[in-house]
Order: sequence, then structure tokens, then C-alpha cells
Amino acid sequence: MTYIKPKFRHPELPKNKLGYSVDHYEGALSTLCAGCGHDSISAGIIQAAYELNIEPHRLAKLSGIGCSSKTPAYFLSNSHGFNSVHGRMPSVATGAAMANRDLTYFGVSGDGDTASIGMGQFVHVVRRNLNMTYIVMNNGCYGLTKGQDSATADQGSKNKSGNVNLFESIDLASLAIELGATFVAQSFSGDKSQLVPLIKAAMNHPGFAFINVISPCVTFNNNLGSTKSYDYVRDHVEATATIDFVPQMQEISVDYGKGTQKNVTMHDGSVLQLHKLAEEWDPLDRQSAMNAVINAKAKNEILTGLLYVNPDAHDLHHMIKTSDHPLNSLTKADLCPGSAILVDINAELR
Amino acid sequence: MEPTNIKNPEFFHKVVDCQHACPAHTPVPEYIRLIAEEKYTEAYMVNWDSNVFPGVLGRTCDRPCEPACRRGRVDEEPVAICRLKRVAADNKGDVKAHMPQGPFKPNGKKVALIGAGPSSLTVARDLAPLGYEIHLYDEQKLGGGFMRSQIPSFRLPEAVLNEEVNYILDLGIHTHFNQYVSSLKETLDKGYDAVFVGSGAPKGRDLDLPGRKEADLNVHIGINWLANVAFEHTTKIGKKVIVLGGGNTAMDCCRTARRLGGEEVKVVVRSPFEEMKASPWEKEDAAHEDIPIIDNHVPKSFVVENQVLKGMIFEKVKAEYDKDGKRKLVPVGGADVFIEADDVLIAVGQENSFPWIERDLGIEFDKWNMPTVDTVTFVSTNPKVFFGGDAAWGPKNVITAVAHGHQAAISLDLFCRGESLNVRPSPFVNLVSQKMGIHEWAYDSAVVNDDRYVVPQADKKVTLVNRKKEVELGFDHITGFKEAERCLNCDIQTVFSTDKCIECDACMDICPTSCISFTENADETDLRSMLKVPAANLTQDLYVSDPLKTKRVMVKDENVCLHCGLCAERCPTSAWDMQKFFYNVTKAHTGCASHAK
Repeated sequence: MTYIKPKFRHPELPKNKLGYSVDHYEGALSTLCAGCGHDSISAGIIQAAYELNIEPHRLAKLSGIGCSSKTPAYFLSNSHGFNSVHGRMPSVATGAAMANRDLTYFGVSGDGDTASIGMGQFVHVVRRNLNMTYIVMNNGCYGLTKGQDSATADQGSKNKSGNVNLFESIDLASLAIELGATFVAQSFSGDKSQLVPLIKAAMNHPGFAFINVISPCVTFNNNLGSTKSYDYVRDHVEATATIDFVPQMQEISVDYGKGTQKNVTMHDGSVLQLHKLAEEWDPLDRQSAMNAVINAKAKNEILTGLLYVNPDAHDLHHMIKTSDHPLNSLTKADLCPGSAILVDINAELR
Repeated sequence: MEPTNIKNPEFFHKVVDCQHACPAHTPVPEYIRLIAEEKYTEAYMVNWDSNVFPGVLGRTCDRPCEPACRRGRVDEEPVAICRLKRVAADNKGDVKAHMPQGPFKPNGKKVALIGAGPSSLTVARDLAPLGYEIHLYDEQKLGGGFMRSQIPSFRLPEAVLNEEVNYILDLGIHTHFNQYVSSLKETLDKGYDAVFVGSGAPKGRDLDLPGRKEADLNVHIGINWLANVAFEHTTKIGKKVIVLGGGNTAMDCCRTARRLGGEEVKVVVRSPFEEMKASPWEKEDAAHEDIPIIDNHVPKSFVVENQVLKGMIFEKVKAEYDKDGKRKLVPVGGADVFIEADDVLIAVGQENSFPWIERDLGIEFDKWNMPTVDTVTFVSTNPKVFFGGDAAWGPKNVITAVAHGHQAAISLDLFCRGESLNVRPSPFVNLVSQKMGIHEWAYDSAVVNDDRYVVPQADKKVTLVNRKKEVELGFDHITGFKEAERCLNCDIQTVFSTDKCIECDACMDICPTSCISFTENADETDLRSMLKVPAANLTQDLYVSDPLKTKRVMVKDENVCLHCGLCAERCPTSAWDMQKFFYNVTKAHTGCASHAK
């Protein structure tokens, strides 16, 4: 019986600009089932945070309830964390972000937590464009309660006990585009080469960044007939584009040639370098993003990669004109500016 | 890269770094686990089968296994493999019952072994159970060779040596002690079917410096002097002693001198301290006994006044290296250094010497007067005469001599049965799954964080006045267990089945030392650079799978794998399994026995 992760690491593990090696971003040993896609996504989050040189104490991870929402225990142990009520992570994230706009907010949710009990919360956090990354670890079933179909299970998909799902599934990515999300991507837990740059881009996006990640439930939804099994996803996955996230000030070294390449410059000067695979698709155009998703679905394909981005989006703080500084940094002088200011304000209202 | 052929036992053998580095390929992790289970007798027998002298080697081995130990690559220090061996020897029960039981049915063949050191004794042990009539010759009164004459009793108590030599002699060996073999021809004429020469490298090198002859009474050749001490012909030495040389013999000389009345014993060596040949721990032990090691001093002459040695003159040098890294000792100038001495011990190397082998016996000698010996079969150019140990290629160490002995015994047996020496027996190999359940393995897979434990030593006040008092006390049961737990179980192999893998990345994500990658295939150089952490240690192999469904391959860099089993625990399909790999070099008495009947 082990289940203890040894403390030894590879002696030549590289360090990032902050002097941390990737193990500084690890969490506790996962208690999810062996082979769970969620663990792979956790590893992707660890890798992205390491590569983005994020100071762990400047990040808050938030989650709801479910297998997915357990994962924040398994990454970024040195960061802030809040495991909230089922489906209510967006509210807690909104409150936290309103109070301290300087942290990076990273939300983790599942298909049940987002598409069922938390749907009401989800749609509103999207339309408010809260500055956060929102990852759905989407396995199409309720893993914690032995694998019942969830709201994202595809119509016609067969579960482990042989039952076929009769209901139309909720497509979270198209829903997010529809509701005005300013960064929408889709990925697969078994493809870190795509997932890690997407997470990095999402964390750099100045608004609500949504990534729907197909994450096979190895115990309850990895059977023949399931549309969220490792084999099915691998056979049906299509990417909009390969993606490289090039941070600010770094020279772009890869050039895929004209016609197929699209660079999207983010607000801070970093660049999303896309090597386009899908035709008639423009990541800056909502309409074409919606079309791409619908077309893929019609062909029984799972479209992954960046779907839509609006790099000039304005987040909730900007929209409702909140303080430029976190509330905890405001002094008495900021909060009680004195009677002279009050007189000015009153004068404006006259 | 081509997929790794794990059916070739040498691949997994190489993963067990300690065993691979051991000249006799002792199954190290196997006996360390037995020690942790307090099965000392079994642990001793695993050793005895491979290295014949566990008690001796557990105190004196050159330990090629320890620099190779994987733990040394992830932790500060390797496992104390050598001293764990001693734990088995110190605490064993009745081992004799597990050894071959004579009398053995004679097979009608007679073999002579010349020299009763470790290589000859190994040949004797391996051949006696097959029914060979073994005749063992040595000029000393007891067996053991240089284990007896050169290794001082405070490192290797006589009782330990006697016990292990007697295990072999008790197999019905005909001993001819106190008998110097002065002619190989005469020996051959006695009607032996084959002769094994294990006579060592018995000649200590001298230094022909001014004053050497005049000072002769107080200048001693190190190995001869140690032998004289061991056989109690020499019982004292002057108060001021210089030991020349920087090898392990020099360390034994200086420490012995401290026990025979030397009060100011100094080791003087030509090379820089770091480049001395002595093992680091032997240098430490000398320092612990207040023996300064003066480096970068080249001896120039002996100073003799009124026929009495007064000391030696040295020139101070420094080491300079040319672009090929070749060292040159360059004088630094300034006055020469005079160091007082009543006695000088010269320990600057030893050589082979075969004045007793006639040159017309068909045994070819090279320009350095060394016999031509086959590196695999140990046969000389005379098909009846075999060499091993230091006698074959010059001074090495006990464990190398034992390894030679095993292979020479196989050759002798093949030769006596009229078979080809080049058809060597395959090693005994086994590979067995250790899975007992979820998160449950038949081995202790948890990796402990403990630092290496230090072997306790007896008080200097006691050891320095009694030459026979052993300095090292050995680990007690508890410390032995704790040190044994530091072993990473490198023989529990990570075995990968391509057809079961669903490429979920769980193993890659969990691996604490980032050994596992899933990547496109490429040639080895490129592949090494494409891994999660580039595989820069070229002495360690890559384990490459067959192509997977996504056309990628699994590549495992064997370099710093902790054998913790987490890859297999996190694998949903058991594509990874932890399997115990047992590799044992076949010995004459096990592998060839069936033919001999």
C-alpha cells in the first residue's frame, strides 16, 4: 500500500522565471479513479501556471461540487482555494473578484455542476464577463453517483449499463458563445499539447474565458457506445487550429506560412498564434464560430481548439466602473474623502 | 527508435544499477529486501551464491555498486549497500545447512589451484560440488590470500575470514599450505586435468631513490610489511612514520602503523588529495585516526645519518592538465621539504610476478610479462591453464577476483568435459508481477526520505591500542532496517504493455521524477531531447514502446525512476505493471550440474 507521492523529483527539472520548478505548482495526490481525464487536466493547469510564471499566492482556484470540483486539491497547493456549494462557484468567484481584482481567478466545474444545478449561475457569469478562467471538466455523466447521464451526454450515447440517452444534450461551448462569452475554447483531456496553450491563453484573457474540456470518465463512461470515451473522442476529434501561446515580448519563432496562419494579439501584447485547420472559420467572428460548431456537430465531429475570442473585451470591473484597486488596499482617506468632496458631489446633483 | 526488446534480460539487468555494476552481479535489491524482513540467513545465502565472501566483502569491498546506485542520482548519497551486506553476515543463522553438502561423488577429474586467494577459493567452491578433486596450493599457512595478508584485522577480523574460507575448505578441498609452487611444469606433470592460476599480484613496487639502500633497515614495502604484521612477524614500528602512496594499501599501512606504535604517522602522496586512488571512506577513516595526508609532495631522497634513517626529502608540486586532461606534476619552486621519519612504508602499487612459470609451456606472455588470457573464458594460450583474479590482468579487488573465479570455474568444467569454452551458460532470469490488489504490491513500494545512516565506530582509545579490535561496529537491526528501506527496489521493473494503453496520460502526470513521456517517435538523440525532462544521462537507456493508437510511443527514461509503482497504480488498464526481475549469473555448480551427472 503506498499512495504516497515520493518527495524526490527529477534533479534536472527546469525552473521558470520565478525560480520555481513545476513541482511548486503541484497539489496533493489525486484520489480520483486511476486514468480519470480530470487528473490530466489538473496536470495541464499545473503546467500552464508554471509556464506563465504565475506566483501561486496571486491565484485563487474556485470550484463547486463533483469529481471535477475536487481537483483544485490536486493542483496549485500554494494558491488560495474555495470549494463552494454545488453549482454556486460563479457567485463566489464574482464576490471574490469584486473584492480583489488583482488576483487571477481560476474556476473549475463539471458538467453537472455547470449544465444542471449551476446553469442559472453559469449563464449570468458569462454575460457579466467576469475576468476569470472557467474550465468545465466534461465527462457526460455523474461520476460521483455511479455514472448517470448528465445534461451534456449526447443524444443516443450509450452508458455503461447499456441505456441510451434520449435527450438532447446541452452544448456548453455554443451556449457560451451565444451568451456573449469573450473567450470560448474546447479541448480534450488526452491532448495536452492543445490544452496547455489554451489554458495559458484563457488565463491571459481580460474577461470571461471558458474552456469546455471533454474528460472521459474512465470508470463509468469509457464504454463502447459512449461519445465521451477515450476511443470515441480520439476518433471524432477535429481541431479548428493548432495553437501556440506566445507571451508578451517574446519573439514569434514559428511561421506556418501565409494563408493558414492567424495571429491574435491580446490586450497585454501576448499573441495567440493559430495555425488554421478549419475552413471558413474566423476566431474573431462570433457568427463563424457558431457555424463551425454547428457544422462539426452535424458531421458527428468534436470541434476542439480556440472557437472564439474577442481580445478587446471589457470585463465586469470596467463595465460597472469599480475601484481600480482591490478593496483591501483602500485606506480611510480613499473611503472617507472628506466634506469638500461631498460638497462637490452634492453640487453635481443639484 | 526501435521498440525496446525487454525479452533480452540485459535491458532490465542494466536498470538494476547496483547489480549491473557489481563484477559478480550480486542481486543487491533482493538481499536488501531480505535484510529489511530480518531474513538474514536468506540474505546471506543470496550473497554467498554470488560473491562467496559476504562477511569479508561487507567490510572491505571496493563497492562499485554504490557509485552506481540510483539513489545517488536523486538523493544526496547512495544506499549503504556494502554495510548492509555485513548486517546479513553478522546476524545470519545456520547457513551451512543451505550450502552444498558433501561428500560429493567424485567425477574422476583433478584440478590444481595455485594461490589460495578469493579467485581460487571461488573456483574451488564452484567445482567441488561437481565431484572435482581440488588441490589448493599456497605459500602461507592459511587460506585467504591477500584478504588475509593485506587487509588489517581492525577492518576484517580473522574470525570472519576464517569462517568464510572454511565454508569452502570444508567442501573437501585438498589443501597444500606452506607450499610455494616454484614450477608450473612440475604441477602440470602431477597429472592434473587442468590448472587454475590465482596467485595474485604479489610484488610490491619499490622506489629507487638516493639513500634507499642505506636506509633499507627502516624502509618497508607496504604489502610485505602488512603480511608480516598479519602473520605476526612484525609487531612494532618507529614513532615517526612516513607512508608513501595514495591508494587503499597506503591507508591500511598508515592505520596499521598507528596501532604498532606509530605516533606521528603521515601519508605523503604525489597527486592532489582529490585524485588519490584510495576510496573516500578509507581516507576519512585515516583522518579520523589523526593521520595527516600531505598531497602534492614528490619523494626525492632518503636522509640517512650514521646508518640511521632520519627522514625524507620531498619536492613540492602542483598538478597541471593539458587540453586532453592529462595530468603533469610541475614543481612549484621553493625549498624542498624535509619530513622526519623513523620508518618509511612504500605503498605505491603492486605488480604481477611469474618467475615460477616456465616460458616453454605454451603460455604466451606479453612485453610486460603478463600472460595472454581470454577475457571471457579466462583460459591462457595453454588450454589446460586458466588465470583469474589479480594474476590475470593485474591488481583489482576481491569482488573482481570472485567474478573471475565463477567464470573460470565454468570454463574449467567445460574443458574437463571436453566441451567448447565459448558456449557460456545463460543467466537465470525471472520476471514476476508484484500486484496484490489496488495500491497493494508484494514489495514495499513507498520511497522513504531518510538520509544515509552512518556506521558507528568503536572508540579510538580502544581501537588504536589493539590491532585486532574492529573499528566499525556495523549497523544494528533497527538501523539496518532503516538503511535497507532506502533501497529503491530497482529490480522491481516497470513493464509496459502497448496493447492495453488508452493514452490517458495518468502515468506521465503522476510520475514524481518525470520519467515517462508520450511523444512522436524519433531517433535516439532527438527522442532524448523531446522528453518531458530531456534525458541527458546517456549511460541510462530509454524504454520505448511499440507505436500506440495515436501513432505516438511511450518513452521512459530509466535514469531516475524511483520504482515507486505510482505509474502502475494510476494506470486504469494495467498497461503498466510492476514485475520483480531476478537475474542471477549461472555458476558452474548450478548451471552445468546436469551435464556432469
